[in-house]
Amino acid sequence: MDMNSITGAAYIVAALLFILSLAGLSKHESAKNGLTFGIVGMAVALVATVASTIDVSEYVDGRALVIVLMLAAIAVGAAIGIWRAKIVEMTGMPELIAMLHSFVGLAAVAIGWNGHILGSHDSMPSLINIHEAEVAIGIFIGAVTFTGSIVANLKLSAKMKSAPLMLPGKNFINIGSLVLFAVLTAVYVAMDTHDSTGATLLLAVITLLALALGWHLVASIGGGDMPVVVSMLNSYSGWAAAASGFLLGNDLLIVTGALVGSSGAYLSYIMCKAMNRSFISVIAGGFGIEAGPADDKDYGEHREIQAEAAAELLAGASSVVITPGYGMAVAQAQYPVADLTAKLRAKGVDVRFGIHPVAGRLPGHMNVLLAEAKVPYDIVLEMDEINDDFPETDVVLVIGANDTVNPAASEDPTSPIAGMPVLEVWNAKDVIVFKRSMAAGYAGVQNPLFFRDNSQMLFGDAKDRVEDIVRALD
Amino acid sequence: MLIGIPRESKPGESLVAATAKTVSQLTNLGYDVIVESGAGDLADQPDTAFTEAGVRVGTTQEVWAADVIVKVNAPTDEEIGRLKQGATIISMMAPGRSPELLDKLQAQGVTGLAMDAVPRISRAQSMDVLSSMANVAGYRAVVESAHEFGRMFTGQVTAAGKIPPARVFVVGAGVAGLAAIGAASAMGAIVRAFDVRPEVAEQVESMGAQFVHVDMEQEVSSDGYAKEMSEAQVAATAAMYDEEARAADIVITTALIPGRPAPSLITAETVAGMKNGSVIVDMAAANGGNAAGTVTDQKVVTANGVTILGYTDLAGRLAAQTSQLYGTNIVNLLKLLTPEKDGNLTLDFDDVVQRGITVVRDGESTWPPPAVQVSAAPTAAPVAAAPAKEPKPPMSAGTKTGIALGAIALFWLVNAVAPTDELRRHFTVLMLSIVIGYYVIGKVAHALHTPLMSVTNAISGVVVVGALVQVASDDKLVVGLSAVAILLASINVFGGFAVTRRMLAMFSKGA
Repeated sequence: MDMNSITGAAYIVAALLFILSLAGLSKHESAKNGLTFGIVGMAVALVATVASTIDVSEYVDGRALVIVLMLAAIAVGAAIGIWRAKIVEMTGMPELIAMLHSFVGLAAVAIGWNGHILGSHDSMPSLINIHEAEVAIGIFIGAVTFTGSIVANLKLSAKMKSAPLMLPGKNFINIGSLVLFAVLTAVYVAMDTHDSTGATLLLAVITLLALALGWHLVASIGGGDMPVVVSMLNSYSGWAAAASGFLLGNDLLIVTGALVGSSGAYLSYIMCKAMNRSFISVIAGGFGIEAGPADDKDYGEHREIQAEAAAELLAGASSVVITPGYGMAVAQAQYPVADLTAKLRAKGVDVRFGIHPVAGRLPGHMNVLLAEAKVPYDIVLEMDEINDDFPETDVVLVIGANDTVNPAASEDPTSPIAGMPVLEVWNAKDVIVFKRSMAAGYAGVQNPLFFRDNSQMLFGDAKDRVEDIVRALD
Repeated sequence: MLIGIPRESKPGESLVAATAKTVSQLTNLGYDVIVESGAGDLADQPDTAFTEAGVRVGTTQEVWAADVIVKVNAPTDEEIGRLKQGATIISMMAPGRSPELLDKLQAQGVTGLAMDAVPRISRAQSMDVLSSMANVAGYRAVVESAHEFGRMFTGQVTAAGKIPPARVFVVGAGVAGLAAIGAASAMGAIVRAFDVRPEVAEQVESMGAQFVHVDMEQEVSSDGYAKEMSEAQVAATAAMYDEEARAADIVITTALIPGRPAPSLITAETVAGMKNGSVIVDMAAANGGNAAGTVTDQKVVTANGVTILGYTDLAGRLAAQTSQLYGTNIVNLLKLLTPEKDGNLTLDFDDVVQRGITVVRDGESTWPPPAVQVSAAPTAAPVAAAPAKEPKPPMSAGTKTGIALGAIALFWLVNAVAPTDELRRHFTVLMLSIVIGYYVIGKVAHALHTPLMSVTNAISGVVVVGALVQVASDDKLVVGLSAVAILLASINVFGGFAVTRRMLAMFSKGA
């Protein structure tokens, strides 16, 4: 039993724990156990690797420096990570996760470059070639993940315009970059001397190309598709880790990377289906998205309602459904909404939440916010669970949602969001829409819901208005 | 501009065209408002309520000198005489049935807006006084009938014996009929309802009543209008009315035909056959009544003890609320007429609603308005409209199998050309992990997407292992790069787990 076999065994244990962790995370009851498995798995992997590195560093100059540097990097990283996780607002979760993805990407790039600098320890030419291909692929995936995540972070935190970037011939740019990458990689692999200046330059070009491609990919995706993008980047970061695993011949990295990669890809696929978007078009960066037809229809006029009247309507209702959207997150209205829910439930009103799969900017975003405000999760239902109940619902509160409750999706075949399943709130007796103004939603589509006979608009900041209603209910 | 709210001159009228709540909405539109002293007394709106709302209370003369007069009932001759030249009067006018009123308004040189001529299109619903009043009246009809009925509506089983629930039969499922159905079923009665339009059955049932079907062949009309009933249909319907009315304790009739006297539905014979103590509320009394023996505005008791109520002021009997609703209809109208919110009333004849209600403009008759298409035809879509996006058909089983076989063949090829066993082992591990990842995630609860993603994110920080392996190197550049990678990946690992922990701690199940 030497250091190597101990580490190898530890990796298998860690891989198993990661699988258990993901499995646990798919149910509420087992979610916390799942997290514990994940943490233990990671601890096993880290301790084993650190121990083996310390063991190996015997044969290295400046052993002390390496060990100190390594431990310091872990400690500082841990401190930063925990600090960010502590202070992040639940509404800022999408940005944080996008940012974290970029770190994995950058780490994978660094590992790839290390692989290039160190070279292969094999002597067989075919193995050296494989090593070089692994370096190039690893760097490529890592770099795409890195810049893609940065752009996603900027878009989500509104530091960058969320509208899709529309470069002419962008599909050509994407495909061209991939082809160019394949060619450059082939050249890099074919080069005899991997440590020559030429090879280094070539690898730098590949890196830059991948960085640019990652930027362009995500920049061409509209803000409305961001939940899918974040999940897709999650998948990319997994593949980046798997590529590093191939480079280093490390099974743990391959297992974990493939787990994350395939689960992330499948998650994105589920979400694309929920939006009736083509999976390929979203992951390939707005591939084939066209502008919808001009929208100059006359929808008639909307009606306004005041908070007091809304409160009366709610107090008189026997069943209420709340459908929150990104606007609730922006206004930080989840606490007053939870208050309102508790008040109405105390009055015997049946209050439930209907969550559209892509509400918010992250899958499950609304669930997290509502959970933060202590809304019991068994009254928070999915779209499919609640859609049939709307005709028996007295009042629907649409809080900061727009495209996800747009009847045009099912009724107007020319609408840009046609065919996307939506919450059919318009079937309820009364609909109260909380909105800042009559502006169009994220998809830039006008919403005929606002002009329906049973809809009334409650204008203003969602948080203030909900608080007004809560006060009026007292 | 100044809006005057006069006291209604019609004897017994309890309504007022504005309440303290609606006058402040009017002032928000930029108008000055003056209310005649005592105008709202019968609708729980004393003068003090108006002064508290910040509007003036004045005398009859002051009020009628206003630029815009808003009232409930059509103005009398005397009132028309008080209107100043160029003023606007808004009230209910029944313009189709009162040509002499329109003549007088014309002679006075004023503008007349008839609230009861609002076209019945969706957009104008917020100004439709007939609907809002019919709603209140339908409720009140049930209350009046309950008062006369002298028995409970709800059925009970008590120690002193069983009380059967009252049986209510509602004729006509318009706004009033539906309101009556709702009120009666809320009080516990068994409600049955009929309407000549079979398509309203769903609305009737939604309010808690049973829809009475007449057994006969129904011709489906192609133009959307009910065809003239055949003789057999008439006979079957009459038999149904007779049967239902005799079985009922309370009959509420709301049937009206626009521009014609109300149809006679409950015959004298039927009334004579009804139970002693039963009640008929004839909401069509103002137009002649649906039941035989109805006397407008009177309560009549027949020889066999059936009470027939012909009240026409049912809405006025809930004066405060009806006034509030009427006032809100007025506010909605004035919102439309005051697009700039500057207190200046402007009429836009291109708008069907504004055109429809204007019966006299500046002394010129504008009645009748051009016909309004009630169900708006869809506006011609641009020819270049994009083809309909259909949800994608799921992949056929054959395609799926093909893709799977193709992927497996590719996997075989990659492994076959892989030069070493070690590489083959890596590929095997990769493939198995992909499959495991796919299955493990298959049934994830939607609410857990975010925690799942942040945990996978933390786990993908395992890339730190790679950097840790590399850090033990002689090359200082490699050590440096590895240290950076370790730092970044560590942020990921610790941050990801910490944030997931925070999130999961928040998910809690309700009691």
